Amino acid sequence: MGVVRTYLDRMARRYAALPRPARLALIVLLVIFFYVLPLLRPPIITTEQIDFGGVMFGVAATALVAVGLNIVIGYAGLLDLGYIGFYLVGAYTTGVLTAYHFAWPFFLVLPLAVVVTMATGVLLGWPTLRVRGDYLAIVTLGFGEIIRLIVTNVGWLGAAAGIKDIPHPPNIGPAPKPPFDQGGLFSIPSLQWDGIIPSIDQGRDTRFLIFGALSAVPYYWLILTFLILILFADRLVKDSRVGRAWEATREDEDAAELMGVPTFRFKLLAFALGAAIGGLSGSLYASSQGGYINPQSFPLLLSILFVAAVIVGGAGSRWGAIVGGTLVAYLPERFREFADFRLLVFGLALMILPVYRPQGLLPPRRTIRARVAAKEIDQLEGRDDAQTEVL
Amino acid sequence: MIRITRTWRIGVAVTAASLSLAACGSSDNSGGGSSSGGGDCKEQNLAFLGALTGDAGALGVNMANGIQLAVDEYNKDAKCKVGFKKFDSQGSPDKAPALATQIVGDKTIVGLIGPGFSGESLATGKTFFESGLPSISPSATNVTITQQGWTTWHRVIGNDEAQGKADAKYLTETVGAKKVYVVDDAQDYSKGLATVVKDSLGAAAVGSDEIQVKQTDMSATVTKITAAGADAVFYGGYYTEAGLLVKQLRQAGWKGTFMSGDGAEDPSFVKVAGAAGDGAILSAPAAPAPADFAGKVKEDTGNEAGLYTTQSYDAANIFLDALKAGKTEPKDINDFINSYSGDGVSGPISFDDKGDIKTSTIYAYMVKNGALDTENPTPIK
Amino acid sequence: MDFSFLFTNIVELTITGLAIGAVYSLVALGYTMVYGVLQLINFAHSEVFMYGTFAVAWVFVFLHGTVPVTQSLGSTIGLLVVALLAAMALSAAIALVIERVAYRPLLKRGAPRLMALISAIGASFALSELMGLRDRVVGWVGLRDNLDNYVSKARDTYSNPVTIQPDTVFHVGSYGVKNVDIMVIVAALLMMIALDQFVRRTRFGRGMRAVAQDPDSAALMGVNASRIVRGTFVLGGMMAGAAATLYMVKIGSTRQDSGFILGVKAFTAAVLGGIGNLRGALVGGLILGVAENYGAGIFGTQWKDVVSFVLLILILLVRPSGLLGESLGKARA
Repeated sequence: MGVVRTYLDRMARRYAALPRPARLALIVLLVIFFYVLPLLRPPIITTEQIDFGGVMFGVAATALVAVGLNIVIGYAGLLDLGYIGFYLVGAYTTGVLTAYHFAWPFFLVLPLAVVVTMATGVLLGWPTLRVRGDYLAIVTLGFGEIIRLIVTNVGWLGAAAGIKDIPHPPNIGPAPKPPFDQGGLFSIPSLQWDGIIPSIDQGRDTRFLIFGALSAVPYYWLILTFLILILFADRLVKDSRVGRAWEATREDEDAAELMGVPTFRFKLLAFALGAAIGGLSGSLYASSQGGYINPQSFPLLLSILFVAAVIVGGAGSRWGAIVGGTLVAYLPERFREFADFRLLVFGLALMILPVYRPQGLLPPRRTIRARVAAKEIDQLEGRDDAQTEVL
Repeated sequence: MIRITRTWRIGVAVTAASLSLAACGSSDNSGGGSSSGGGDCKEQNLAFLGALTGDAGALGVNMANGIQLAVDEYNKDAKCKVGFKKFDSQGSPDKAPALATQIVGDKTIVGLIGPGFSGESLATGKTFFESGLPSISPSATNVTITQQGWTTWHRVIGNDEAQGKADAKYLTETVGAKKVYVVDDAQDYSKGLATVVKDSLGAAAVGSDEIQVKQTDMSATVTKITAAGADAVFYGGYYTEAGLLVKQLRQAGWKGTFMSGDGAEDPSFVKVAGAAGDGAILSAPAAPAPADFAGKVKEDTGNEAGLYTTQSYDAANIFLDALKAGKTEPKDINDFINSYSGDGVSGPISFDDKGDIKTSTIYAYMVKNGALDTENPTPIK
Repeated sequence: MDFSFLFTNIVELTITGLAIGAVYSLVALGYTMVYGVLQLINFAHSEVFMYGTFAVAWVFVFLHGTVPVTQSLGSTIGLLVVALLAAMALSAAIALVIERVAYRPLLKRGAPRLMALISAIGASFALSELMGLRDRVVGWVGLRDNLDNYVSKARDTYSNPVTIQPDTVFHVGSYGVKNVDIMVIVAALLMMIALDQFVRRTRFGRGMRAVAQDPDSAALMGVNASRIVRGTFVLGGMMAGAAATLYMVKIGSTRQDSGFILGVKAFTAAVLGGIGNLRGALVGGLILGVAENYGAGIFGTQWKDVVSFVLLILILLVRPSGLLGESLGKARA
C-alpha cells in the first residue's frame, strides 16, 4: 500500500513538472488508449469470464456517475446517499419517452432526460438542502428509496416488469439485417494475446458504427465521449467563481454566508449539476446493449457503492472520482473467479484502504497542501502524533 | 512514515504479478471441467446464465446442480465429453448483457440453459437471438418473453398465465373458496402470476395487497386479510416471504386456505413457516421428480435438490440429446429443440412455435405434517 | 386510499406497529449512541443486529431436542434468557470488532469523517458476506462436518421453531391483543429504561455524556475517551442483541442480508427522534413502526416505506434536528 501511495504521489508531481505541450500530448495519448482499450484486450487487464467491452461500458458509466456525485460530495460537501434516484430518473425518462409511451428519437430524448433530472434535483434539493450534515444523508437516502418505490409501484412507469425494447442510439452506415448482415461501414477486429504476442482475433469484431445487441464497444465509445466532455465542463466550473463558492461553503458554511456567498443557492446548483450528470449516465445506460430497465437495477446498495467510489478515489478530485468509479465497477468483474468471495474481498478492501490512504487514492491538491501545512503546524507546536482533522 | 526499501518494492511487485498470473491461469478452467475426449472431439460446452451469488443465488445454485448432474451422467459414457461453464449474473439485468456477449463470443458453447429470471431474459434475448445461440430457460416464466419473436428462446416451464388460471380454478372449485385475498411481492414474476389469479377469480377476489421483497413484518397485510374475512389467500412470490406470511396469518388466528405458486414450492417454505405451513397448497408446473432424483443430485454435487433443479436437469438433457444425435451447429441444435418431444423428470416436454412448453400440467403440492409432500401432488385440470 | 379500513382496525395496526417499532428502537439506540460520542454514522451496526439473530438461531440449534420448546413456561423462559444472553454477547463482540478494526485505526490517524463511513460500509459488507460464507469459513479450519447444523445452506433463510404460541391476552374493542406483541413491547421498554438509567446514573454514563459534549475537555478531566468509545459500542451491541432476540421471537427468520433493511429503518428512526438522543431513538422507532402500519393500511403495503420516508422528511423540515432534537451530551441528568 505504501508503495502505491508513494508512486501515485510521485507520478502526480512528475506530471505537474512537465511542460504544457508534453502534458497535452500525454493526455491525448491516454484518451486514445482508452478508446481502443476494449479492442486491444491487453492480457491481465482483460476480464476473462465476462465481455470486456461490456465491463468497460459499466466502468465508464460508473465513472461518469462518480464525476457527477463528486460535485455534490467533493465540491459542495453534501453527503448524498440517494444519488441512485437521479440515475434512475435519467434512465426512466429515456425509457418512457423513447419506448414505453412515446417513440421520440434518442438524441432528442437524451438532453431532455438531463433536463428532467436536473429539474428533479432542484425539486428535491429545494426543501432538503436546508437540513445539514448527516441529516441530509438520511433525507437523500429516503428520496432515493421513494423514487425507486414509485417506479416499482406505478403502472404508468412500467412497474415491476420494467421497460423493454428501449431503442439504441442511431447507427452510422447501413442498418444491420440479422442474422447474417451486421451492417455498418466497416468492421474493426480486436486483438488476442498469447502471452505477450498479439494477433488478430477474427471472432470478435465490432462493426463501425452499429449500436446493436452483439457488441458493447460502440456504447462504450459513446459514453466515453460524454465522460470526456463532462470532464472539461467540470474543470471549467470548478475553476470559476462557482467552484470557489462551493469550496467556501464546504469548509465553513456560516463564514461563507457572512462573506456574502449565497450558500443555499450554490448548494442547490451543485445538487442540480450533479443530478444532471447522473441523469446523463442513466439515460445512456437505459439505451445501452440490453435496452431493458427495471426497478431492481437501482437498489439502495448501488447508491452506497457510488458514494464509496467518490470517497475511495478522493472526494473533491475529478480524477479521483474516475479512479474510484473504475475500481468499484471493474474489480468485481475482473476477479469473477473468486465468485463467492467478491463482496467479502471488496468489503475488506474498503476497510483497509482508509487506513493507508485516509484522503482517498487521488486526493485533490488542495487537501494535500492542507495536510502538509497541518503537519508543519504540529511540528512547530511540538506535537508528533496529533489528531488533525483535515476535511 | 516507514521508509520503503527497494527489496520491499520488488517483493510487492513480484507478489502482485504472480497473483495476477495465477488468476489468469485459473480462469480458464474455473468454468468447470472442460471437455477432453478423443482426438477428433471438438471442445463443447454448455453454459448456464443466472444468479449464483447475491440475493437469489440459492435458486441459481439449484439450477446449476441440475445441469451438473445431467452433464456428469452424459460424460460417463460419451466419447466426446461436454464441459459446463457457469456465468453468474447475480440475477441482475445490468450484468446479464455483458455476460451474454461473452457467451455468444465463445464458440465452444453450443447451448445455453437460462437465463434464470425474466428480467435478464428480456435484457439478453436480442443478443442470443441475433447470434443464433439456442437457449432453454428452466425458470423464466414471464408471459411476454416468448412474444418477442426470438426463435432460439425456449423454456421448459409453463408460463405464468397457465399457472395463474389453474390456481384460480383450484381455489374456487376444489377448495371452494368464496373470498380470496391476493398478495404479491411486487416483483415481475410475482405480480404477473398474482394478476392472472386475480383476474381469473373475478368476483371471488375480495382484495389485494403488495408487500416488498425481504419484508419480514407482515402485520398490516395480515390485518387486511383478516378484516376482509377472506377464506383463502393466494400469494405470488418466493418461499421466504410466503412462509413468513402464512406464519403470521396463523399467529393472528386466521383459519383459511393458503396457496402460492412455483416460487414457493420448495422445502424451504416449510422451514420458514414451521407448523403454520400445514395445509398450504403450492402449485407448480412440474410433475414430481422420480424418487431417486434428489439422492442422485446429492451424490453428484453434494448439494440438496431444490426449486428448479428438475427443470434445469431436463433443459440440459435436451441439449445433450441433440449432441448425442450428432448435431453440432447452432441452427441444427435449434431445430432439434423445436421438434423435441420427450419425458423429462419434470413432465412431458415439447415446444410450441413460440418456444413455450406445449403441455404444461399444473400440479398442486400439499404441505402435510410439517413437510412438503413432493411425491403425491394433485394435477389441476 | 382507504381511511375507513384504518379507523376500523386502528387498535390492531397500532399494537403490531408498536411491536416492530420497539425492535427499531433498540437497534436505533446503537446508531444514536455511537453518533453521540463519535459523530459518525456506524453503517455496520446493521450487521451487529444480524449476528445477534444468528446467535439466537444457533442457541436453538444447540438445544434442539434437549429442551422441549413449547412445553412449560419455565423452559420457555429459560430458553429465551439463554438466547438473549448469547445474542447480547455475540452482538457486543461484533460491535467491539467493528470499533477495533474499522474505526480505531482511522480515528488514530485523523482520517476525515467520510472515510470512516467508507470503512464502516466495508465492514458491513465483509461481516454480512462472512456470515453468508460461514460454511466455507469453518471448512477452512476443518470443522465443516462437526458444525454442519450451524452452517449448512449458509445463504438460505434460517428459521426458528415458534417459541411462544401466540395467544390472546386481552381485548381492546374487538381486537384480541397477542401475548407476543405485548412481550416484545414490554421487554424493549424495560431494556431502554435500564439503558437510560445506566447512562444517567453511572460513572460510565457520565463519562459517555462528557465525551459526547466535548471530547477534549473530557480527556482533560481525566475521562478515558477510548474506553468510553469502546463501552459505547458494547452497549449499542447489547441493545442490538436484545433487539435480535425479540425479532427472532416475533418473526423467527433471518438471513445474512437481513440486517441491511432493518438497519436503514433503525437509522431513520434514530434521525426521526433526534440522533444522539436516547429517548429520541425510542420515540423515533415507535413512531416509525406505527406510521408504517398506518401507511400500509391507507395506501397499500407497497407504499409503507414511502410513507415512513415522507414522514421523516416532513419532520426534518419542521424540526431540523429531529423530534426530541437533543444530543446525548445535553441530556438532562
